[in-house]
Amino acid sequence: MGVNLFTNYGEAVAMILFGIGFANLLLQTNLIKKIIGLNIMDSAVYLFLAEKGYVVGRIAPIITDGVQSVERYVNPIPSGLVLTGIVVSVSVSALMLSITIRLYQRYHTLNLDEISLQLKKEGR
Amino acid sequence: MDIIRSFPGMSIMLCLFAGIISSGMKRKAACYLNSALILAVTAMNAAVLYYTVVTGEAFVFVMGKFPAPWGNELRAGMLEAAVAVLFCVIMLLSVWGGRKKLDEEVEAGKHNLYYVLLDLLLSSLLALVYTNDLFTAYVFVEINTISACGLIMIRQIGRTLEAAVRYMIMSLLGSGLLLLGICMLYDLTGHLLMSDIHEGVLRAAAVPEYRIPLVVSIALMVIGLSVKSALFPFHAWLPDAYGYSTVSSAAILSSLVSKGYIFLLIKIIYRVIGFEFFCNTHIINVLFIFGIAGIIFGSLSAIKENDIRRMIAFSSVAQIGYIYMGIGLGSEWGMAASVFHIFAHALGKALLFIAAIGLTDVSGCSRRFIEITGSGYRNKVAGLGFTVGSLSMVGIPVFAGFVSKLMFAKAAVGGYEKMLPTLIALAISTILNSIYFMKTVIRIYTPNPDASYGSVTIGGEKQYALVIILFVVFNIFFGMMSQPIADVIHAGIAVLG
Repeated sequence: MGVNLFTNYGEAVAMILFGIGFANLLLQTNLIKKIIGLNIMDSAVYLFLAEKGYVVGRIAPIITDGVQSVERYVNPIPSGLVLTGIVVSVSVSALMLSITIRLYQRYHTLNLDEISLQLKKEGR
Repeated sequence: MDIIRSFPGMSIMLCLFAGIISSGMKRKAACYLNSALILAVTAMNAAVLYYTVVTGEAFVFVMGKFPAPWGNELRAGMLEAAVAVLFCVIMLLSVWGGRKKLDEEVEAGKHNLYYVLLDLLLSSLLALVYTNDLFTAYVFVEINTISACGLIMIRQIGRTLEAAVRYMIMSLLGSGLLLLGICMLYDLTGHLLMSDIHEGVLRAAAVPEYRIPLVVSIALMVIGLSVKSALFPFHAWLPDAYGYSTVSSAAILSSLVSKGYIFLLIKIIYRVIGFEFFCNTHIINVLFIFGIAGIIFGSLSAIKENDIRRMIAFSSVAQIGYIYMGIGLGSEWGMAASVFHIFAHALGKALLFIAAIGLTDVSGCSRRFIEITGSGYRNKVAGLGFTVGSLSMVGIPVFAGFVSKLMFAKAAVGGYEKMLPTLIALAISTILNSIYFMKTVIRIYTPNPDASYGSVTIGGEKQYALVIILFVVFNIFFGMMSQPIADVIHAGIAVLG
């Protein structure tokens, strides 16, 4: 168990980062910090995929020098998944930031709890 | 009949293209295009349903040119086709029923954007229903989330913006967990197509070392999807999002969006993990317990609520609890009951939201219970719709809600140690449901001579009346003709696995 953890330290770091991002997204009251947490969380998943997709000693799957052996290259799918995931997380972050701008213009604060309080006072 | 096999993919593509075209259209044109699109997609999926029921088996449609382990696939069986048809019909009726409110509440010049969001939402729902590829499912889960968030905040008031941001936060937590789960499962099995993953899961389950990573990845996916579908205690965003968004959005969010995630979860349980293996993990007990807690606490919150729209929203929490309780029973019968409840709740909840808006409109747009006294007389068709929806939710025979409760009770009797908690939860929740729904029905039919509000006739709002009547007819149809529908569900679940 301990040996596995040490040899796969990249994955372990990815999980710790995922936890940090998750906790920030869930627990922070500041909206910008929440969005930062979201990005840490998503990047952690990409780090995990990149770690899992890389095999020591192999190269990116672009045929060079005419070598066609499978043993020479890594699987391209994890990199493809990372790219797709990045597109998704960029669009989601943009949407979150745009809502944050709207809320800030209306309530002049980035604190979600304060916004809720002000809404209660408005009474509608 | 080969062309029918391409209908699932074609309907998804049609929705995507219609969304793109609508963004450059005027309001009227986008609106007509949306209705025509949903009607066409309904017809296509009905054809798929007919085809699968007649042939009695599911079919796989290969997207693109690459064969199975590399390419992308869609898969359609009876269950998928039935859910797709139901989603289309409910979306069409919800949009028609809320159109008048939509014209008032959405900023001028942004109406066509609403239809863009609806088209994209429909495409993502159909993709979630039909896809045979886990990563495609993840991408469409995100598209679903983004368009649902747009549906909430298309009405620009403070409450909806706050609800939208809370919805996004919860959804993103859920999809983060889902993505991590999918990535772990991909690492374990080396595949992304559901059927190939299933073989990998069977192989991995035989090796003791792989059992814990396997269970962790399954748990991550299940928790992610249940967070996204607002299972108790992750429902904090729900009352504001359903209570203050425009009525079509509220109906669509509660009836379709959360159900899309639940249906994806059911597909993952059967097609990816395997029902046997899933039942042997403890995750199923967690779902069962949180389902029952959701039933009780959702109903209690609904009783305390003093706002009719928020009350219906809290009732959704309870109904989602039923569905998870059925999944948690861990038997074929429990799953069939859950699927039937997806149908029954989708029909009942959309009806309730649309009827409630008719009641509040004739009460000076106030949603307080004190103001809506007697509104059942002022808007007769809305009163009828609300009554039918309430009776269905409480579980009175003739209506759809009764059949699903009966199926839950029947399923519970088969499973030994879960029998008593299920039956007690059903009994308590029926009492609680009838407290808050019957209280409202009695209130809307209590004459209020002081009220100075105008009344609405059926002739004045033909489209609205038609929608309510169609919903009532569907509700009674599902309640009376439950056996053929249950047969289709059972057959669909059998070919799913």
